[in-house]
Amino acid sequence: MFQTGKTKVALLLEALEKSYGKIKALHHLSLSVEPGQIVGLIGPDGSGKTTAMRIATGLLTPDNGSVRILDIDPFIRPRQAKELIGYMPQRFSLYPDLTVSENLRFFSDLYLVTKHDRIERQERLMKFSRLGPFTNRRASKLSGGMKQKLALMCALIHTPSLLILDEPTTGVDPVSRQEFWNILRELAEQGIGILVSTPYMDEASLCDNILMMYEGRIIGTGKPEDITTLFPDKLLEIRDIDITEIKRKLQMKYPTLSVQRFGDKLHIPYSDEEQFETIKSAVPDRTQVNPIKPGIEDTFVALMSKPNITADYISEESG
Amino acid sequence: MKRILAIARKEFLHILRDPRSLAVSILMPLMMVLLYGFAIDMDLKNIRVGVLDFNRSAESRSFINEMVSSGFIVESARLSNRKEIEPGFRQNKYRAVIIFPADFSLSLVKDPVTQIQIILDGADGTSAATVANYLNAVTSRINLSYAKEDFGLDILPIETRTRVLFNPELRSAHFIVPGLAALIMMMICALLTSIAIAREKETGTMEQILTTPVVAPQVIIGKIFPYMVIAALDATLIFLVGKFVFGVPMNGSWFALAGYSLIFILIALSLGLLISSVAKTQQVALIAALMITLLPTLLLSGFIFPIASMPAVLQYVSRVIPATYYLEIIRGIILKGVNWYPRMGGILTGMSLFLIILAIKRFKTRLD
Amino acid sequence: MASLEQNTDNTAVLIQNLTRKFGKFVAVDNINLTVSRGEIFGFLGANGAGKTTAIRMLCGILRSSGGNAWVAGIDINKKPELVKRKIGYMSQKFSLYNDLTISENLTFYGGIYGLKRKVISQRSRDLLDRLKLVGFRNRMTGALPLGYKQRLALGCSVLHRPRVLFLDEPTGGVDPVARREFWDLIYELSDQGTTIFVTTHYMDEAEYCNRVSIMDQGRIIALGKPTELKQEHNVKTMQEVFFDVVQPVIT
Repeated sequence: MFQTGKTKVALLLEALEKSYGKIKALHHLSLSVEPGQIVGLIGPDGSGKTTAMRIATGLLTPDNGSVRILDIDPFIRPRQAKELIGYMPQRFSLYPDLTVSENLRFFSDLYLVTKHDRIERQERLMKFSRLGPFTNRRASKLSGGMKQKLALMCALIHTPSLLILDEPTTGVDPVSRQEFWNILRELAEQGIGILVSTPYMDEASLCDNILMMYEGRIIGTGKPEDITTLFPDKLLEIRDIDITEIKRKLQMKYPTLSVQRFGDKLHIPYSDEEQFETIKSAVPDRTQVNPIKPGIEDTFVALMSKPNITADYISEESG
Repeated sequence: MKRILAIARKEFLHILRDPRSLAVSILMPLMMVLLYGFAIDMDLKNIRVGVLDFNRSAESRSFINEMVSSGFIVESARLSNRKEIEPGFRQNKYRAVIIFPADFSLSLVKDPVTQIQIILDGADGTSAATVANYLNAVTSRINLSYAKEDFGLDILPIETRTRVLFNPELRSAHFIVPGLAALIMMMICALLTSIAIAREKETGTMEQILTTPVVAPQVIIGKIFPYMVIAALDATLIFLVGKFVFGVPMNGSWFALAGYSLIFILIALSLGLLISSVAKTQQVALIAALMITLLPTLLLSGFIFPIASMPAVLQYVSRVIPATYYLEIIRGIILKGVNWYPRMGGILTGMSLFLIILAIKRFKTRLD
Repeated sequence: MASLEQNTDNTAVLIQNLTRKFGKFVAVDNINLTVSRGEIFGFLGANGAGKTTAIRMLCGILRSSGGNAWVAGIDINKKPELVKRKIGYMSQKFSLYNDLTISENLTFYGGIYGLKRKVISQRSRDLLDRLKLVGFRNRMTGALPLGYKQRLALGCSVLHRPRVLFLDEPTGGVDPVARREFWDLIYELSDQGTTIFVTTHYMDEAEYCNRVSIMDQGRIIALGKPTELKQEHNVKTMQEVFFDVVQPVIT
């Protein structure tokens, strides 16, 4: 997967280990981001996403393992590596008392962008992000979605080859999130490699490749359309008006069954046709029982409890 | 260089965008110098003294008149017996009581030594000592006049004449204003920069900056620049107030004053930045800056207590306090008109370089 | 008040022409809504659509500029203080004290609502059991995993048995299993008759609700069951419904 030779991999993390005291934050984490690819790190808070990203940017040193940004080791040649990376930390990290253009100016100066380039790029980025009308507005007065766009533009002002975005859409409304992802897709088409993290499963489908992270490990990876095949069982959906009662009855009758309620529906994983029929016979006739395709979250939940499969997966990938 | 300028420009914008903090950082020193200048004025005037005269003679009356005519002492109460003395002190009617024994006038003629008694309020030791000095001075003046009258002598065998150089009136403002300048500049400068890095750590912007190719010296130097301007402004204001409000003379060169002041400011600013790069939050940084600057500068720099009268250990401590040297230099410039201090100037420059380098070293470019 | 409570026997939240203006800006523009007892209601909308303003009014902490609303039968304009006793509120930024233990946090919130010591300890015991926190009752809150904090925050907000519970982005950042467990608790509360009012930016969470509304520019522009809305707009996900109804941002 990594030995392409022709084009350099935008980001390569190999066998990263990191502990904070007794707590192991990363277990043998490996991943790669190709130029033009959007790779999504998906997992809850505390799963190690931020640690992995901070190591990739050179902000944290790993206990073990290696980092390469377009073949450059950020711990040996930090300056060159930093020139190649655009990073958006999880917290909004621009200056709220500075205007949109002052923030951009500050970061372009830190990267020694020439005045000519800065003016040209700012104009292009403002157009691209549709922040143009707000050039002189203070960052604190921007909406959540606009703030995130501004942070992205500041990370882009030095034309990096790799973007590392730590939960850029957390707390942002769906419309702004959609717009943000459209921008990311456009950037990827220009050849930038993008590593983006999100705690939200529904954003996974927007990536080229997904890495599911849990407790410092990668528990599953794949393309969004394939990843649900990692779901070990089958899934059925039950619909009824009195879903509370049906759930209660099912759980009383089959205590081992994992029954998840979604509004007026129940989702139950099952292993074979026989079990499907058993469940179906346990509910009233009017109740709809249908097999459905598991979603990314269903897959995540299933993989969370099965670390063994994942361990094999990782050794296969890095070996 | 461009990166240093970028940081400095940004820091300037922060300052300008926050007019309230800017006003505080300029008005606070001004307020402090005015308040402290008036409050710590050690010249006592109109000292209230109670009189308990058991003698009630022409002699005792003339003693009192002589005493009051000096202008420093006011007779604020006339007592009739000893029991009234203590309540009067408690009610703050006077700071001292002078008692003439019943045989005062007789004793003057009869005995070789005549005694009067002075009772002082020891609760305020500093004032008590001053009052005692005044009363002693009055007594010796009166002694002198008796000596003349009785023995026809024009001179006393021994007379001490103290002449105070550089501050002939011993006006304490002249002595205190330079000290205040040192104290206020140290405090304000350290406070200004102590939050400069801690704030960025707290808000998360530091994480972003650290991923850019900027390096520690650029951040530190870039952040010192703008505060240097504010501090210079503060220093100018303080010295102008000293000259025009408290009438402190300027016997030396303004250039020398400005030069040494800039070095001192640099020390204070670097100290603030050092604190800021170690502290995790703004609150911790502020408290640390206050603790490190206020008390040592106030107590151990020779501002209030002369270094020569400190215990040996504290004398050593006072040598690492920048204000000790700065204070001596500016008192020298302002009061003595001596403008050149190669040794102490060198020590201050060394301190400023040491602190800047330490701040740079302690500034972490990684999060771990 | 007695008559009102009768009228709204099965109605937990009744909103009539509720409006809030800030100067010229109309944050909430004449909204109408009825939420039944025990219903889980998803209150969706873009940033700045007016959700927060609406919820602040319903919680009795912000005055309305027009219209009225009754929460648990109580007029929010006339008796805002009484409203506060009938509701619970839990936000994503859990307002827990990290330097207190789990039971100390519960005791504190019980005290705020003026519950008697006996009642607090009784209910705390029940809640700790239901929230699966019994073994951790004396642990420092700050050192708990996020999912535990979230359950504790929920516990603190229902200790006084509110009639209506407001949840502001309740499950942000927790792992999917913790999130599912959390929702199981919400369903339990709803089955016992507590009305749940949820705001979220995440449309998959909207699927957990019985009914949702979508707000845009101060107005409610869509209302119904998630399944109905998806059918109505002929799409597969709530996300798509959202894009269908919300005006693209005009910059």
